[in-house]
Amino acid sequence: MTAPAHQPTQAPYAYVSPIPVRRAHLGDALASEWTKIRSVRSTMWTLGVMILLMLALGLGVAAIAAASQRAMSEDGQAAMVEESALGFGFFGMLPAAICVITLGVLTIASEYGTGMIRTTLTACPSRGRVLAAKAIVFFLLVFTVTTVTAALVAVAQVAIVGDIAAEPTASEWLRATAGAGAYLALLGLLSLALGTLIRHSAGAITVMIGLLLLPLVVGLFMLSEALESVREWLFTYAIPSQMIALYSDQPPFGDGPAGWEPLFILAGVTAVVLGGAFALLNSRDV
Amino acid sequence: MIELEGLTKRFGTKTAVDHLSFRVRPGVVTGFLGPNGAGKSTTMRMMLDLDNPTSGTVRIDGKHYRDLAEPLKYIGALLDAKAMHGGRSAYNNLLCLAQSNRIPEARVGEVLDLVGLTPVAKKKSKGFSLGMGQRLGIASALLGDPEILMFDEPVNGLDPEGIHWIRNLMKALAAEGRTIFVSSHLMSEMALTADHLIVIGQGKLLADTSMADFIQQNSRSFVRLRSPQQERLRDVLHGNGFIVVEAGNGTLEVDGATTEKLGELAAENGVVLHELSAQRASLEEAFMQMTAGAVEYHAHGTDVHGAQAPGPRWGPPPGSDSDPHAPTSEGA
Repeated sequence: MTAPAHQPTQAPYAYVSPIPVRRAHLGDALASEWTKIRSVRSTMWTLGVMILLMLALGLGVAAIAAASQRAMSEDGQAAMVEESALGFGFFGMLPAAICVITLGVLTIASEYGTGMIRTTLTACPSRGRVLAAKAIVFFLLVFTVTTVTAALVAVAQVAIVGDIAAEPTASEWLRATAGAGAYLALLGLLSLALGTLIRHSAGAITVMIGLLLLPLVVGLFMLSEALESVREWLFTYAIPSQMIALYSDQPPFGDGPAGWEPLFILAGVTAVVLGGAFALLNSRDV
Repeated sequence: MIELEGLTKRFGTKTAVDHLSFRVRPGVVTGFLGPNGAGKSTTMRMMLDLDNPTSGTVRIDGKHYRDLAEPLKYIGALLDAKAMHGGRSAYNNLLCLAQSNRIPEARVGEVLDLVGLTPVAKKKSKGFSLGMGQRLGIASALLGDPEILMFDEPVNGLDPEGIHWIRNLMKALAAEGRTIFVSSHLMSEMALTADHLIVIGQGKLLADTSMADFIQQNSRSFVRLRSPQQERLRDVLHGNGFIVVEAGNGTLEVDGATTEKLGELAAENGVVLHELSAQRASLEEAFMQMTAGAVEYHAHGTDVHGAQAPGPRWGPPPGSDSDPHAPTSEGA
């Protein structure tokens, strides 16, 4: 078995792998990425915490609102509110966004942090395929988990507050469940794209959380008249405002987007950043 | 078979790899040697299509890396031991690689067994020692049972048993007809493993030669003698035309003689010998001399075969060789 050193012996044949070779495709990359995402603890942690926050905040806020409404109705005041109970889902969605952002960034940036990315790209030199597989697996996982959780929360909220709130329409139901799930999953996908560009977990998470929260905070302190238009814009298009808009039929802020529109805006932004991530990943040294 | 042609990589104004051309042939262990920062890892990354060359090409069995259908079945690489996600178990780290190249899951167990990591297969790889990490990296390289294997500094940080294991593994893999390409900055390590040697310095090719030729051309052999009758021995040797060098600690060194000849001479003259041994100057030193002046050697990078760096023949001033660790015994 062992060839003596210092005596180069040309082997009579070159070794050929006994494992049959076919052309690998996206399906193989998807299987690989699914194994990756399910086999690290950060996935379980971020999604677990997200589910808890969505349930606890969504139901807690609904319960408090129901209690105070009932207290008021006993005083003989008007009990019915115009909005449906589904809008309370927003309060769980905001902290859930932070969990999704973290998971989205880690899905790719942790590979850069550990050096795993070199092993990954050696196994699959088609970098576009790797990123596509990561994006698809991540999006489907987060979309499914958040939609199911949001649906549970929505059903519970209607049960708690429903008798004193408006009956939700079919479109409202859809937006509060699949819509909320898609919005969070897209936000995570944007984080994944940003993680690909920045290649550093902490850096990309910081940028994304800044993007999530800073516009509102900055707008809050724009007291000057001269900055009014900027403030208006920030309040209308900040991600939390967009989440609220997702739950309402009418624009909640000025004449900004409402209904499904916030989802389309986020989808557009994500597509652009993801496109940049594809381009840069393909041209850059690893 | 890996072929490099005019491979060049520049980072800004710094040229890391400079018109490198050579071939790595199957069936032998090819050592890729150079001091730290010579461009070994950059070259290997370009071979694997991780870094884009500024110019030049790398072909693996005539194909560009990107055109390999399922690359792990052609080429396995150990780049750095920790290139795995620490939070994932050894098994899952290998499984996700296997899936991306449609390698049967059973193979994961096989390679873990081969490198001796089966007992810790379900443990997170971040708890692994350096040696275990290297083994896991080697397992990932072997996953597709590939024809070509590339190892970047595989013995770094390993204990003697691990080093021994890797040496034998590489030789066994080469004997099966595989192409083995292994980088190191340690000449002594290469001397024990490699059949063929490619030396680079500052990104340029300095030597592309068989190990045997390299040793023959770059090592000075001499005989070491120790005797209680040192003066008499010296006179006898001088009288027979040998050049004797005093090496300290009462030992004498003689160039250009065999132990047989000197032993017989001592017996004829009734000189008692306490030591008579053939010595070989360290290859490490030959290698260091070759790479130290790397800048001066232009134009030797383009000749693919038989390019012989006109490196200085080994030859420190006589008598300077008193370091007991520098020479290695020929029989070792």
